Amino acid sequence: MIKDGKFGKYGGIFVPELLIPALEELEAAFLKYKDHTKFNNELEYYLSEFAGRPTSLYYAKNLSVKLGCKIYLKREDLLHTGAHKINNTLGQGLLAKYMGKERLIAETGAGQHGIATAVVGALFGFPTDVYMGSADIERQKLNVLRMELSGTRVLSVESGSKTLKDAINQALRDWITNVETTHYLIGSTVGPHPYPEMVKHFQSVIGLETRQQIIEKEEKLPDAVIACVGGGSNALGIFSAFLNDKNVELIGAEGGGDGPGGRNGATLTYGTEGVLHGSLSFVLQDHDGQISEAHSVSAGLDYPGVGPEHSQLKVTGRAKYVPIMDKEALRGFELLSKYEGIIPALESSHAVACAEKYAKKPENKGKTIIVNLSGRGDKDMHIVSQKMGVKA
Amino acid sequence: MKTRPDDIQTSNKSQSLETYDEMFKRLDEKGESAFIPFVVAGDPDFETSLQIVQEMVRAGADALEIGFPFSDPIADGPTIQAADVRALEAGMTVQKGFEFIRKIREFSDIPIGLLVYYNLVYKMGLDQFYREAKNSGVNGILAADLPPEEAADAIKSAKKHGINQIFMAAHTTSNQRLKNISKLAGGFVYVVAVMGVTGVRSQLDDRTVDLIQRVRKHTPLPICVGFGISQPEHVEKVTKAGSDGAIVASALINLVDEHLEDRNLMLKQMGSHCLALKKATKEKLP
Ligand SMILES: Cc1ncc(COP(=O)(O)O)c(C=O)c1O
Repeated sequence: MIKDGKFGKYGGIFVPELLIPALEELEAAFLKYKDHTKFNNELEYYLSEFAGRPTSLYYAKNLSVKLGCKIYLKREDLLHTGAHKINNTLGQGLLAKYMGKERLIAETGAGQHGIATAVVGALFGFPTDVYMGSADIERQKLNVLRMELSGTRVLSVESGSKTLKDAINQALRDWITNVETTHYLIGSTVGPHPYPEMVKHFQSVIGLETRQQIIEKEEKLPDAVIACVGGGSNALGIFSAFLNDKNVELIGAEGGGDGPGGRNGATLTYGTEGVLHGSLSFVLQDHDGQISEAHSVSAGLDYPGVGPEHSQLKVTGRAKYVPIMDKEALRGFELLSKYEGIIPALESSHAVACAEKYAKKPENKGKTIIVNLSGRGDKDMHIVSQKMGVKA
Repeated sequence: MKTRPDDIQTSNKSQSLETYDEMFKRLDEKGESAFIPFVVAGDPDFETSLQIVQEMVRAGADALEIGFPFSDPIADGPTIQAADVRALEAGMTVQKGFEFIRKIREFSDIPIGLLVYYNLVYKMGLDQFYREAKNSGVNGILAADLPPEEAADAIKSAKKHGINQIFMAAHTTSNQRLKNISKLAGGFVYVVAVMGVTGVRSQLDDRTVDLIQRVRKHTPLPICVGFGISQPEHVEKVTKAGSDGAIVASALINLVDEHLEDRNLMLKQMGSHCLALKKATKEKLP
């Protein structure tokens, strides 16, 4: 490897020996193409023509009046397939093409990353397999169909908690077996180096646009940038443009689940240091180091690990992480739908609820807040209808 | 290669344990390679898995690989995954894992290698984990997800506590890496026979023989081959190719899985399959 892939002490390449050469190959390709004009022109073409970039930075006037702050929404929900995930899958899919790989594999929890991978598989002509826990398949049947329509095979994972973490395990096992021909398209800023750095790079387009847009509209930087954190890719995507602006507060909203002491997915808040899926970071685990099952109302935040760079941002204090409980997220979901006519993904609803909490603090009155609206809520309608007691 | 650090307190008991060096030397003189069966500690429960080890030792195991069960074993196929689940459900913990080793030491002195995922080590703290391992009678530790790049601290703890840090070599490992692994490793080099995860294969990968010979060229350490070695003919083949040992895991764990309802039959089958596997190690070329 050229770099050690560390963010402070976090990150690294904690993988079986079989995968090391593949990580070396991937790192070399990433470093070669990330500043390559032809590659970047092609990626920009697909990001704008296929995915719909740039996305707007929308001034949420009604919500701003209600909360007494200036609230802007970065509209990643408007992208093709309905979430920021496509920024990364287009980037990695194109990289796999440049590397001459023959097949894509991916993991998915809710199905958003699976769908974003499936459409890129169709676009670039890759045979594509997506691993999905059988519990998630049950919860997200329509997303399975969407992937299958794009020609992707959805492979059910029956082991462990039958959710995202086990889908990643199974994708890693597939990659170990087919490493010479296959690219493993990881969906967040997690996994061994170079994934956390690479996924952040492909998501940093969110931050680059946002920074320019807010300066155009406000002629200054925002006071706070708020994003939800599952593995951490949409958050790092938008944070990346503000890391050096010490006066901009960076806040990550984690899946707080049932709240303190209850089931949750708030790895940075309730977790401890450990090694999972190839990197050292915070994880939810027991006394022995066995990984715990996570829980969140939003499948995308239902993960017992988190990207290593977030661990570093947490311990250095550059970013703050706040657990948002399921019921608070559902309120955020309703709030944005009602006041702005924008139905957010349940993941993004955590960021909305977090912004509401932030705005309600007296010392934050009148501040300018950017919320990364990472995805739209169509996929979550049946969950929300159950929670609200409405028969869908 | 003998690790004899004098800065540590080893119990009298552990000083009489056979080292990997001594074991390979003993077998070499007899023209045999080592038969090394693998068990997940606590699968299907603590007592039965101890009886399984007893059966293995009785059938002529030259060394043991003991796996501590982990919730997310990414290098393992369905067989070992299921064994991990059984062991964890039966209440296995890291502390009980060390207790398991101590129990084995009551009836056997052959080398014991621990196979773990790194988080179990990291969570306890490296120094404490290696100390407890040493005190319970472990000779070597291999963490399946710890490549040399990340192993500086583990190697330090291994040296301090007189444990062999074992590393893997795979088809995808370059010669340059092999040389480096050889410099850092103790005990033996664990050669991964297949492109893939653990599990029974009907045939040995054709490239395994080439890999054994390539690894042999780049390390003076003994070589043991594992992953997909299930039948006596596989053992014979890798032995003839120049391997110093064969590690058999999933084929034996399948016997556990198949006979969960009849422990006596399980142990009997275990004994007879191990006998056949040991017999196949006696074909080593000088
Ligand atoms: C809309 C949306 N937001 C956020 C996430 C969480 O992922 P990350 O933290 O990588 O942005 C997901 C994951 O599925 C998602 O679908």
